[in-house]
Amino acid sequence: MLAYGFMQRAILAGLFIGLACAVLGIFLILRRDAMIGHGLAHVTFGAVALGLFLKVSPLLAALAVAVLCAFGVVKLRKKAGLYGDTAIGIFSSFGMATGVVLASLAGSFNVDLLSYLFGNILAIEMAEVLLAIILAMVVLFVIVLFYQELLYITFDPESAKTAGIHVTRLDSVIAILTAVTVVLGMKVVGLLLVAALLVIPSAAGLQVSGSFRQAVWLSSTIATCSIMTGLFVAFYWDLPASGTIVLSSLVIFVIFFSVRVMRRRKTSILKGFNNQ
Amino acid sequence: MALNVGKQPLVSVEEVFFSFGTAQVLVDVTFSIMPDDFLAIIGPNGSGKTTLLKIILGILRPVSGVVRLMGEDVKHFSRWERIGYVPQKATHIDPFFPASVREVVAMGLLSKKKFPRLVKHHDEKAIDEALERVNMRKLKNRRIGELSGGQQQRVFIARAIVNNPDILFLDEPTAGVDAEGQSQFYDTLDKLNRMHGITVVLITHDIGIITRHARKVACLNQRLVFHGTHEDFCSSAIVQEILRGDYHLVCHRH
Ligand SMILES: Nc1ncnc2c1ncn2[C@@H]1O[C@H](COP(=O)(O)OP(=O)(O)OP(=O)(O)O)[C@@H](O)[C@H]1O
Ligand SMILES: [Mg+2]
Repeated sequence: MLAYGFMQRAILAGLFIGLACAVLGIFLILRRDAMIGHGLAHVTFGAVALGLFLKVSPLLAALAVAVLCAFGVVKLRKKAGLYGDTAIGIFSSFGMATGVVLASLAGSFNVDLLSYLFGNILAIEMAEVLLAIILAMVVLFVIVLFYQELLYITFDPESAKTAGIHVTRLDSVIAILTAVTVVLGMKVVGLLLVAALLVIPSAAGLQVSGSFRQAVWLSSTIATCSIMTGLFVAFYWDLPASGTIVLSSLVIFVIFFSVRVMRRRKTSILKGFNNQ
Repeated sequence: MALNVGKQPLVSVEEVFFSFGTAQVLVDVTFSIMPDDFLAIIGPNGSGKTTLLKIILGILRPVSGVVRLMGEDVKHFSRWERIGYVPQKATHIDPFFPASVREVVAMGLLSKKKFPRLVKHHDEKAIDEALERVNMRKLKNRRIGELSGGQQQRVFIARAIVNNPDILFLDEPTAGVDAEGQSQFYDTLDKLNRMHGITVVLITHDIGIITRHARKVACLNQRLVFHGTHEDFCSSAIVQEILRGDYHLVCHRH
């Protein structure tokens, strides 16, 4: 299967996007922002429709709007005291509503619009592969550069301030990275896949990790395995790749979740034994 | 006080007012903290102790008034490596957060690093030493959420002292720690204060701690109702009533 050009492109794009999502996802989950990927994807839907309606590049429109909304979610939560998921709910409804109205004003649902929603990783072009690689490199580079600070503000934002860390600035960095990942990721692999890759591999890795470093490596490995397995299954059984990748990652999640539950049962039995 | 004559205060709080919305929390608070002090801040629940500490550390901005850390307005303060902070909620961390003890202590090192702030191989020694001082070195590679409340508290103290700060702020650090853990903990604090010359600022509800360890006392109830040496605190008429366990009333009356 590796001999086919389209498979090579799918694997490359998938792995790079998957890695960026897995690492970013850990921070998002621990900051209780796991749904921001889904929320921004909805907003992006509205923005793409806006771009098509105004005849400007849908990708640029989507990027601009997604970055603004990511900031909006952070601000609404901080300043207006809304829960993160409430803020995300408000923005994503707004995005979907705008998208539907604009699409109808534009005459019909454009085919382009649907391709953003359900991208096809097996049909991507070389240009999109390059986009995926550059995006992932930028995201991973920024995270490596600010790794310690990001860990600190995720764990304990108030104390982070007393270490001279610019917490608000880094909140914005995460918001921008997430927005860019969702929008470009959607363009390459579609909404379903990018939103799932932001949550599931990281959630699986977090089940059993004893340190943050371990969580990063484990989530990256899980993302890689899910993408390879998913593409393999899609290729041999002729199934939609985005679906098989998400399902593979879910299988891995269930395995890790069970490991954690069994581990905990074991320790509580031991504790009960010791207490007697 | 006589001991401190001629020294610069480490912290000076000048006419600080603070409110959350319309609710007044701090009214005209002025005092200073000298080098080598062991200051206990007491006061009833909701009297503004945590708020005052957060203002001193620049986490919250006062409505009016100025805070100076080591002579510098906290707004522009940059020598954070000289400050250690153990927050009140330290024991309420997410039990599933995947951070090892080592990683939590390493966070403390960031304040003395310049961009890019990476934890290097030679930082390992500082981490080990800090953990050694709170007797937690053996648990270095455990996940913080797996430890008991008292053990977690020690890790947060290790994080606060890993840079050998000049001043250590602790907000009810032993809430929920057992009696033995508490006495060990305060012995450690005493040692840091006397042997390593670290200034300690401690928020507590435990009157026993004040009588045994603190050399200065500040009593807060929106206003600063008492601020002075431990001796003044004990010899004043207040203390009799305190020993009757009714210090809220006392603080109002002063
Ligand atoms: N985020 C907040 N928003 C609004 N009001 C607040 C907030 N945090 C604290 N307060 C109010 O400020 C006052 C002082 O709170 P603070 O936490 O400083 O008290 P404290 O002296 O530390 O109490 P405790 O002994 O319970 O820790 C309280 O009346 C509280 O209701
Ligand atoms: Mg408090």
